[in-house]
Amino acid sequence: MTSTPIIDARNISKAYGSGTGRFEALRDVSLRVDQGESVAIVGKSGSGKSTLMHIIALLDVPDTGTVFFAGQDALSLPAKQISEVRNKEFGFVFQQFFLTPGASVLDNVTLPLKIAGVSSKLRKERGLAVLKQFELADKASNRATDLSGGQKQRVVISRAVVNKPSVIFADEPTGNLDSATGKVVEDTLFDLNQDLGITLVIVTHDEDLAARCDRQVFVHDGVIVSESRKPEHAA
Amino acid sequence: MKATDLIGSAVRNTFRSKLRTTLTVLALFIGAFTLTLTTAAGAGVTDYVTKQVASLGTDDVFIISRTAPTSTDGPVPYDPATSSASSGAEGTSLPGAGGSDPLTDADLAELAGIDGILSVDPVQGIAIDFIELDGGPQYEFSINPTSSITQADLLAGKQLTQDSSTNEIVIPSNYVESLGFADVEDAVGSTVQLGLTDLLGEHHTVDAVVVGVSQDSLLAAGAGANPALVAEAADLQSARIDTGPARYPLAVAYFDPSQSVAGIDALQAEISDAGFSAQTVQDQLGVIKTVIDGIVGVLNAFAIVALIAAAFGIVNTLLMSVQERTREIGLMKAMGMRGGKVFSLFSLEAAFIGFLGSAIGVITAVAIGTALNSILSAGPLSALPGLEILLFEPSAIIGVITLIMAIAFVSGTLPASRAARKNPIDSLRYE
Ligand SMILES: Nc1ncnc2c1ncn2[C@@H]1O[C@H](COP(=O)(O)OP(=O)(O)OP(=O)(O)O)[C@@H](O)[C@H]1O
Ligand SMILES: [Mg+2]
Repeated sequence: MTSTPIIDARNISKAYGSGTGRFEALRDVSLRVDQGESVAIVGKSGSGKSTLMHIIALLDVPDTGTVFFAGQDALSLPAKQISEVRNKEFGFVFQQFFLTPGASVLDNVTLPLKIAGVSSKLRKERGLAVLKQFELADKASNRATDLSGGQKQRVVISRAVVNKPSVIFADEPTGNLDSATGKVVEDTLFDLNQDLGITLVIVTHDEDLAARCDRQVFVHDGVIVSESRKPEHAA
Repeated sequence: MKATDLIGSAVRNTFRSKLRTTLTVLALFIGAFTLTLTTAAGAGVTDYVTKQVASLGTDDVFIISRTAPTSTDGPVPYDPATSSASSGAEGTSLPGAGGSDPLTDADLAELAGIDGILSVDPVQGIAIDFIELDGGPQYEFSINPTSSITQADLLAGKQLTQDSSTNEIVIPSNYVESLGFADVEDAVGSTVQLGLTDLLGEHHTVDAVVVGVSQDSLLAAGAGANPALVAEAADLQSARIDTGPARYPLAVAYFDPSQSVAGIDALQAEISDAGFSAQTVQDQLGVIKTVIDGIVGVLNAFAIVALIAAAFGIVNTLLMSVQERTREIGLMKAMGMRGGKVFSLFSLEAAFIGFLGSAIGVITAVAIGTALNSILSAGPLSALPGLEILLFEPSAIIGVITLIMAIAFVSGTLPASRAARKNPIDSLRYE
């Protein structure tokens, strides 16, 4: 772990709507995530977990507060560089799969590389390597929509790691899966954290999943109410 | 995202919703098809008319006649014996020739005196009874009075030599077989006999060498004769009797064609002031072209209406597709795709739909049009030899494709900018 946190969000507030319909989704929230850490953001539905994750993943801008990425004030960066950070440094796993129907598994997995402008030859090489790692090599040319739920989620994780990110943001990665398949997906994520040192930020309301993370952040009504650490903090 | 990947993705996305794309492409297809055929028809007819009018005269002459038409014909001596011989001798397809006062030698002198007129020649009408080849069957025959200034649309041989002392003639192609020639080449160089009757009723024959065979022409009826032949025939026809002062239905005034259009217009105005009407070949062409352009314009308007409808179809198709792909757009933006690239992606998709519709439309139009051409020129239009009703010019075809792709691209900008502006978060939350 380095001394500079990879993500350092300070005094974040975010409100939706205006006038009487105004709703404060986040109020003065601060969160540090160190390199290689796994952090769970836990809370009830509607508490603001996804909103917080979107802001620290530079997908959304807070009303007030600052977000540092690797020591750099990310919110002051031009839009082009913010896009570049998301493209190169982040991997995303959303609650829904967001797979492009009709496109092949390989094409879905290599989408971040395509956006980055990587040549199709390199994309294919890298895509196949990742699919092999997740035991999906034989499905490379299948249509993504023809896979089972667990396979789809592994495709999604393959897509999240294909650009060798430093952080993976996962919003309810197991929410859509039965407990057995969910377990496989969880294992995959923690393997990435352990083996490759990829930082994990996982939004979940699943206590068991949260417990596997190094640190848990509890959000309630837009405020971080408590934090806890995994008791036997193993390396 | 690289440009090639953008184009590839746009093309692939086009085929994702096949039915919708097909319907949009169909609307463009109809526009492209119609537009290609109408422009081809315009080009074909214009090309034909241009060739035909060229056979009416060269571009350094005015065709001059008296301005005021009168109800009575000029006092041209009339002999019943010659009446059936040839109507083409006096009558002419040149506008302004019929029904007006004839020109006299004094008029010609006056015209020649106008600054800018190089020379003035009267157009002499000669009435030919028949043409024959060495005692073979005789056929009615007429000589175009303005043939001395025309460029015949030749199938074989060469144009008339104006200053030759031999009698030269260019015969229309439909005389070739009737006269007993094997083909057009065979006719060139042989000598034919022309029969005529003089004012006193006596019959004469004149020999003439066939120097060329002309395409049957819609506008310039009759054969061509060089001045030597016209002079000899006219001389025989008058029977050397003085019929009073010479009178001509038309005259041909030569001017310097290298001067500006304004100069020619001024000259034309001056001739009008003197009480004559002067028309250039361009004038005659202009009138016909205006009519053709008018008709083609109306047809094109229909095609454009189809294209405008198609443009709304594209807007609709792409808006639906943007809506459908909201989450995909959100995902791509979350993964770092810039708005500009998203805009390009959808605009390219629109342009590709435009390309599909226009290319298929144009290819179909050319295929059907080419088949139609041979059917028409063999059948209903066989009376108009040399007319290729649909003339597909590469520039026009490229123009149609470019126009439709541009329309499609412009139609695509609204949906594309909507896609580009989508917020990734809202798009990801979109159900
Ligand atoms: N675009 C929006 N406009 C208005 N309100 C919004 C918008 N997005 C989120 N909210 C509100 O902000 C609050 C926090 O939403 P958020 O999605 O962060 O919750 P969450 O903790 O992720 O919930 P869940 O576990 O159900 O996903 C919710 O009350 C939600 O209704
Ligand atoms: Mg959420």
